[in-house]
Parts: sequence; C-alpha cells; structure tokens
Amino acid sequence: MNEKRMLEEEKHFETIIAEESVCTNDNLVYEKPETLTDTPMHYCPGCGHGVAHRLIAEVIDELGIQDKTIGVAPVGCSVFAYNYLNIDMTEAAHGRASAVATGIKRVLPDKYVFSYQGDGDLAAIGTGETIHTCNRGENILIIFINNGIYGMTGGQMAPTTLIGMKSTTTPFGREVEVMGNPLKITELIAQLPGVYYCTRVAVNTPNNVRKAKKAILNGFKYQELKKGLSFVEIVSNCPSNWKMTPLESNKWLEENMLPFYPLGDLKVPKNPPKADKGELI
Amino acid sequence: MAKVKGDIIIDIEKCKGCELCASACPQDSLELSRKINSKGYHYIVKIEDNCTGCTNCALVCPEGIIKVYRKTDKKKEPIATIANVTGDITVTVQS
Ligand SMILES: Cc1ncc(C[n+]2csc(CCOP(=O)(O)OP(=O)(O)O)c2C)c(N)n1
Ligand code: SF4
Ligand code: SF4
Ligand code: SF4
Ligand SMILES: [Mg+2]
Repeated sequence: MNEKRMLEEEKHFETIIAEESVCTNDNLVYEKPETLTDTPMHYCPGCGHGVAHRLIAEVIDELGIQDKTIGVAPVGCSVFAYNYLNIDMTEAAHGRASAVATGIKRVLPDKYVFSYQGDGDLAAIGTGETIHTCNRGENILIIFINNGIYGMTGGQMAPTTLIGMKSTTTPFGREVEVMGNPLKITELIAQLPGVYYCTRVAVNTPNNVRKAKKAILNGFKYQELKKGLSFVEIVSNCPSNWKMTPLESNKWLEENMLPFYPLGDLKVPKNPPKADKGELI
Repeated sequence: MAKVKGDIIIDIEKCKGCELCASACPQDSLELSRKINSKGYHYIVKIEDNCTGCTNCALVCPEGIIKVYRKTDKKKEPIATIANVTGDITVTVQS
C-alpha cells in the first residue's frame, strides 16, 4: 500500500517537473537550421567560418530553397564547406569559384547560385575572376570571408593583411614599402556597374550576426530580379593564425579590422523590393 | 510584467570550448567545465539558472550546437477579489 502511494507521489512529482521544464517544443526559439548537416566541423575553435555556414543554412531554410540552391566551395579552410551544407555543391580550383558559379548560373538560371571564398582565394589568386564576374553582373551571390590571412596554409600574408600585422611571411609586420597597402577589394567591386548589392558585415557579436544574416538573405533574394551580382563581405577571425584565443581574436577584430574594413552597405539598390522579408517576391 | 524563463541545451560532444557563447551571454549563465568531452575539449555548461532565452549564445556559436527555449508566463489575473466592508482586508484568489 505504502509502496503504491510512493510510486504515485513520484509520478506526480515527475509530471510537475515536466510541466515546469522550459525545454519543450512549444518553447523552442532557436535551433540549428536543417540545411546545416550534423557533421562536426573541422574548423579551429571559435572560427567565424562556422557562423557564416550556419547563416547561409538559416537563410536557405527560411526561403525554402534547399533544392534550388547550388554552392561553390573554394580552396582555403572552407574547402570542405560541402560537407556542412546539405545542398548541391561543387568545388572550384583556387580563386576560380566565381567563374565556376558563372557557368552554373548560366546553364541553370533558375537556381540560386553562390560562391563562398576566403580573402586569399578571392582577393589574391582569384582577383581576375572576381573582378570580371562582378563586372559582367552575373546574377549570383559571392560570399567573401575576410580574415586578413591565408588560414589554411599556415598564416601567410594575404592582400587584406593589415599594415603592421604579423604573419608567417611578414614576421615583423606588414610594411607598405615592401608589401604594398592592404586591398579593400569590396570598395573596388562596389564601383562596378554589374554589382547590384554590395555590403560588409561581421559575425563577432550577436547583433552583427543578425545583420550578417539579413545581408545574406538579401543576396539570395536579389538573384530573382536578375539585375546583377550581390557581394557580401564577412569580416571574420582566424584565432589560430592570429595566434590568439577566440575571445582575443574577436576583440582584435573589433579594434583593428573593423576600423580599416568598416561595416555597412557600400551599394544598395535604389528601389529595393521587399527583399529583407523571408517570403519570395 | 510578464516573467520570462529560458533554458538551453548544448550538444557538449561537439563543443570546442571557444567560450564565445559565454562572453556573449548577458546573464553570465555559462562557464567552461573542468571536464572534457571525447574530443578532448573542455565544454560549456550552464552554471546559473537565470537564462532568459535571449539566443545570444546560439547566434555566436560557430558549431551551431545550442538549442534555446523561452517561456513567457503571462501575469496571472486574479479570478476573485473579496473585500470586507471597512476595506481593510482584501483576499485575492489567483487561478
Ligand atoms: C593553385 C593553388 N595555389 C596555391 C594553393 C595553396 N593554398 C591553399 S589555401 C590558400 C590560401 C587560403 O586562404 P584564404 O582564401 O584566405 O582562406 P582561409 O583559409 O583564410 O579561409 C593557398 C594559397 C593551392 N591550393 N592552389
Ligand atoms: S586556420 Fe583560421 S580560418 Fe582556418 S579554421 Fe583555423 S581559425 Fe578558421
Ligand atoms: S539564451 Fe541568452 S541568457 Fe540564456 S544562456 Fe544563452 S546567452 Fe545566456
Ligand atoms: S560557442 Fe559553441 S563551441 Fe564555443 S564554447 Fe560555446 S557551445 Fe562550445
Ligand atoms: Mg583568409
């Protein structure tokens, strides 16, 4: 008898706990997007590539275009991007992602096509492809991860490396007399008539992550208008090659990268359609 | 004011202990555990029960491994108010 009562009380207690738990499906407010696979990422702890991937996946889910999107992965740390995004993807030779994306978009104009490229990939070896793709006004989205360094190969100087910034090829810091000035390729691209939308965002704080997502969303949706290319630069960190902890790297990014690479729109459409809303036009 | 209660679930096996979530948390709810996961990383744990479900931690997590829950309890309205004639005793029964 006593035992039965104890069991009943226990059950009662359990239901109270279950009722009080906040972790129910009704209360779920944030969860990883479906387009992001469950594969653990190979990136170093705290690397911005992971956040950028997740935002792309969130936008694809929100627009419901998982089966209509084709991505082009670069050479660089994000060379395995296709393992993490559950969409059709292909790999391009170093720097050539925007040329490959051009081909895909021209053959399949109704697909949403994007390239994902680092600063070494896009602004060094691929400068020619980048500028001409943008100048031709291909209806694609280019996502440009600027971490000011060649991450994958061990931290050599990139065109985007800041003045005075140390890398394995500038052990005493970048000197303008010898290595030239850092290249603001996004400012350069914004001048080209083929570019419809050009913006610079970052993923170092929750608020910047929200803004970055909006920029990527715009970039995907503007493809429907067939009015030209969208270019989204994401200023990111590279804790490993900057030789910092993830927290230090985000602080350094804020204090050094952002003053030189200021956030904000560089080119926005004159009468933009309602592209920052989730629904398709 | 409506009371907001939040909670999070972290997939600790995939956590790399970067602490970006902890520094983004306005409630200081998160801290690195002394224990490590099977990959050898110290992982993040919730140390305070004061989460508001603001999603900041999940937004900055590069691994996308934080689920956020939020529950808003609407203020309970009294279903009956009884006052005696002099008005010095008020009994309020809440649902
Ligand atoms: C044709 C060619 N040249 C050089 C390399 C070596 N390489 C691989 S990744 C890379 C630079 C990557 O830097 P970035 O594009 O900034 O990407 P991150 O790793 O920083 O994300 C270089 C030079 C290569 N793979 N192929
Ligand atoms: S080397 Fe740098 S860019 Fe590459 S994964 Fe590590 S932190 Fe990220
Ligand atoms: S949801 Fe907000 S309050 Fe809760 S742990 Fe995350 S950052 Fe902290
Ligand atoms: S941000 Fe993500 S990976 Fe980094 S410590 Fe927090 S839960 Fe772990
Ligand atoms: Mg780089």
